[in-house]
Amino acid sequence: MSAAGQDVLLRVEHLTMRFGGLTAIGDLSFTAARNDITAIIGPNGAGKTTVFNCLTGFYKPTEGSVILTHEDGKQFLLERMDDFRISQRARVARTFQNIRLFAGMTVLENLMVAQHNTLMRASGFTVTGIFNSPTYVRANREAVEFSEYWLEKAGLVDRADDPAGELPYGDQRRLEIARAMCTKPVLLCLDEPAAGLNPRESEDLNRLLLDIRKEQEIAILLIEHDMSVVMGISDHIVVLDYGVKISDGSPAEVRNDPAVIRAYLGVEDEEEAEAVVESAVAAAAKKPARTKVAAKKLPARKKGARK
Amino acid sequence: MAIVPKSNDVMTETQPLNIAAIAKDVLFTAILAFLILGPILGLKTFAITGSLALEQRWGMVSVFVAIVAGGRLAYHLLVWNKPQAKPARAISMPTLPVMSFGKYIIPVVLLVAIFLPFLPGVDRRIVDLAILILTYIMLGWGLNIVVGLAGLLDLGYVAFYAVGAYAYALLATIYLPAWFGDGIVPWAFFITLPIAGILAALWGVILGFPVLRLRGDYLAIVTLAFGEIVRVVLINWSDFTGGPAGIGGIPRPSFFGLPFTDGEGGFAAFFGLDFKPIHRIIFLYYVILVLALFTNFVTMRLRRLPVGRAWEALREDEIACRSLGINTTSTKLTAFAIGAMFAGFAGSFFATRQGFVSPESFVFLESFIILAIVVLGGLGSQIGVVIAAIVIIGSFEVFRELNFLKAVMPAGFDPVQYRMLAVGAALVLIMRWKPRGFVTRREPSVILKEKKAIPTDLVAEGHG
Amino acid sequence: MEYFLQQLINGITLGSIYGLIAIGYTMVYGIIGMINFAHGDVFMVGGFVSLIAIVALGITGGSGFFPIILALVLVVFIAMIIASAYNWTVERVAYRPLRGSFRLAPLISAIGMSIVLQEFVRIAQDGRPKPLQPIVTGGYEIMSRAAAQGEFIVRLSNMQIFIIITTLILMAIFTAIITRTSLGRAQRSCEQDMKMASLLGIDINKTISITFIMGAALAAVAGLMFFLYYGVTDFYVGFLAGIKAFTAAVLGGIGSIPGAMIGGLIIGLIEVFWSAYFSIEYKDVAAFAMLAAVLIFLPQGILGKPEIEKV
Ligand SMILES: Nc1ncnc2c1ncn2[C@@H]1O[C@H](COP(=O)(O)OP(=O)(O)O)[C@@H](O)[C@H]1O
Ligand SMILES: [Mg+2]
Repeated sequence: MSAAGQDVLLRVEHLTMRFGGLTAIGDLSFTAARNDITAIIGPNGAGKTTVFNCLTGFYKPTEGSVILTHEDGKQFLLERMDDFRISQRARVARTFQNIRLFAGMTVLENLMVAQHNTLMRASGFTVTGIFNSPTYVRANREAVEFSEYWLEKAGLVDRADDPAGELPYGDQRRLEIARAMCTKPVLLCLDEPAAGLNPRESEDLNRLLLDIRKEQEIAILLIEHDMSVVMGISDHIVVLDYGVKISDGSPAEVRNDPAVIRAYLGVEDEEEAEAVVESAVAAAAKKPARTKVAAKKLPARKKGARK
Repeated sequence: MAIVPKSNDVMTETQPLNIAAIAKDVLFTAILAFLILGPILGLKTFAITGSLALEQRWGMVSVFVAIVAGGRLAYHLLVWNKPQAKPARAISMPTLPVMSFGKYIIPVVLLVAIFLPFLPGVDRRIVDLAILILTYIMLGWGLNIVVGLAGLLDLGYVAFYAVGAYAYALLATIYLPAWFGDGIVPWAFFITLPIAGILAALWGVILGFPVLRLRGDYLAIVTLAFGEIVRVVLINWSDFTGGPAGIGGIPRPSFFGLPFTDGEGGFAAFFGLDFKPIHRIIFLYYVILVLALFTNFVTMRLRRLPVGRAWEALREDEIACRSLGINTTSTKLTAFAIGAMFAGFAGSFFATRQGFVSPESFVFLESFIILAIVVLGGLGSQIGVVIAAIVIIGSFEVFRELNFLKAVMPAGFDPVQYRMLAVGAALVLIMRWKPRGFVTRREPSVILKEKKAIPTDLVAEGHG
Repeated sequence: MEYFLQQLINGITLGSIYGLIAIGYTMVYGIIGMINFAHGDVFMVGGFVSLIAIVALGITGGSGFFPIILALVLVVFIAMIIASAYNWTVERVAYRPLRGSFRLAPLISAIGMSIVLQEFVRIAQDGRPKPLQPIVTGGYEIMSRAAAQGEFIVRLSNMQIFIIITTLILMAIFTAIITRTSLGRAQRSCEQDMKMASLLGIDINKTISITFIMGAALAAVAGLMFFLYYGVTDFYVGFLAGIKAFTAAVLGGIGSIPGAMIGGLIIGLIEVFWSAYFSIEYKDVAAFAMLAAVLIFLPQGILGKPEIEKV
């Protein structure tokens, strides 16, 4: 689907992030096209989450730049922006590897908080809102309707008035995505959305993701370990290992890249490794529903990886 | 002797009592109690001609040690070794039925509050106490915004109360008459009230700004330090604040221009009533009632506005807030400012009621009492604050009523002396019993279909 | 110059006392992550018990050198034991049942405990300040300035020598306990990860209790010295001294014992120099402002490790 010359949404250039002596990301460059799904894969500790944190302003990168271009041509230098401005102005939303919901607030409240900036403007920054100004009342009603729209997509309408902390794990994952979508982003960063889900929950999640991909004009950055999901859904894959990009291209290119196979399986016999990856992908391709049962999860980093 | 059959009971029903272990534990408790009480209670120092001498009170010590050890023994036999210890625990932790009766309680309480001064049997003392409680309710509601909603632990809240009180005192006694002539004085309260609130809010922002990055205990201790700085400055900046002596002669409020005085032009004469000093007290009561209800109304409305939801979200997870585009700096500052503003209002009311302000009224203990009201009520709960304020401030008053104890106790016994001790100990015990406070449900700020209360076990305590 | 030197000596003396109190804060904060608000009051109790013991033993400045030293050693021991009993009980009654619960509960409980201790002492011993004639008297003149330049004599009193030497000895003992013994190892492991430490068979309750006892013992010594140095005590001294000592603990880097000592010295010096050169009324403001400044600009302290918030 994607091609090089296509409209670039996100351009990461020479991104480097050091923590003391540890280089979590070293000179990473890649691009993500508008309306594409770009997967970032790599073993645990490869620096994937750190990339997200640099994109969303939670960490200030040691070096490098991250440029986001809106459709109207407006450019944002994300590495210079405050974290909340990145969501507010550049319209980048994210989820977290360890779910961060507002556990003591209801599901609906979670989604309303995500529409904070719109509602804040409508409430005249509280000054008119406190008198229940008609503008605010209307905006509030629209916000509830918009939340309802996303609750339906996430299959959570029945739980709208329950505290988020009481939802089962899979629902929490979907709620977090719905909440991110309520900020109306142009780029959605998902950090291991399928981690820890059971097959049913995984299926619900995939349905939500495919729906977003089909119906929303949005680009997705996806960190995921499940190769069946990654290979099946993404337009473009970036592979990290020890903070360094070792491969970058379409799923087919990445799948056949010897460097990837080495990093993932730590085997010298590349043919054998290739066979493992192939079979995993083939199994996934056979089942369009992508149930977790069939998908063999690749080991994060096989023990005794020889270098 | 009464205990013996009981312990026999226990022996037959559960595993045999370990007499030796219990004896050891009780002995240990007794020794500990002796170490703690012995020197401080048993040997009282007093001054004689330039040096100190000791008065020995071992009798008292042995009574207390016996009480402690006896209590421990009773606990062993009656509580810990009781069959089915579980249900006993459950009984000792009742949940207040505030939510279920809430629908009826709140209107009833409100009605009582509105007609209180005219209820039969209500005298000046009760109205005075009600004014005091309402002042703390208002302060509690103000602090609830900062601590309960935004999750920012503030131990220096009394500073804003002081700003409000001094703003009123200085404006009403010096500046307003100087600027606009004495004719303004009867109106001073109504003019100064908003100014005091704004000044306090400004101080909320000034003190809030540097502490934005701090969390938890660090935030608590820095706000405590700020509160103390304000107090030390009030004591030492004598030219402006009157120093430790404070400011006196603060004008009392008028009934919208009609002073509460005897004779021509007074409130009583205007309405054709007999002059009574209680008119002013009743008026003050309604002023603080209106102020408190206003605080509550504004808070309830703010909770349903984006800013209020952002406060609560901030308490739940600050990082998630930032990822959703919420400016946490301004969100925290508005919480500090609005909380401080209500303290400023309450401060001006305090000044006009007392007619006198001094730094002594704004010590750390006040901040702590307000915080204790908020925590005891159940963080974020408006009705909880009401209950806790009545319990805490009411229990202070109860100590005044314990005069009959003077008759049974040795001479020189004054129950009022013990009230802080009792309240401190009570707080420790209540925290063990109900760490989350009285009201352990949170009301959602917006609902789709049906309202379900949220158990506060799920609600985060805030990290700031 | 002479004036400066004198202030330096006074500052180090006061700083030693703050440092000893700060160790109690830093150890407790390091291990259970809460401010023991009652610690300042345990320090106050230590001072009061010392006062009572001194009066009971009939020590006065007139007794000979060795009797005074011996008696003071006895007083220190009594104060340590009693203060330890207090702090141990405080932990058992007010903190342990709330460990791991809602965060504000232990805070309220701690401040409640602090009020209980203050009020108990106020009621049992009445609220008046208790003065005592100096016991450790005499000292040395180190330097003097001629009358022509305005006479000024720099003094190092025996009391100051006593305070500084005692502090050094206690520091050495405690550092050895923390770094060399299995108890110290248990404490450090609880600090790192309490759950893991307990899985590895460390008795967490005991370790925490001992931490409270050690902190109290040091606070008791500080209480005695503070009282001897100023010659007066009352039930309220623990509040201010406690806040300053906590500032010292934070300044040095919470959890670090040498840090607490360094922090104590800095706070003592700031307080003394501020009083000497600016205004004595605002010396507490200086200490509080210092606290705020440290927490805001250097929250990890001098010897602490910086923390990056992991997302
Ligand atoms: N705030 C931080 N401080 C220190 N090291 C960090 C921090 N955040 C991440 N790291 C380190 O960076 C490396 C990459 O981590 P991460 O991005 O979480 O990997 P992953 O690819 O599994 O998401 C790890 O070694 C991690 O320990
Ligand atoms: Mg990760």
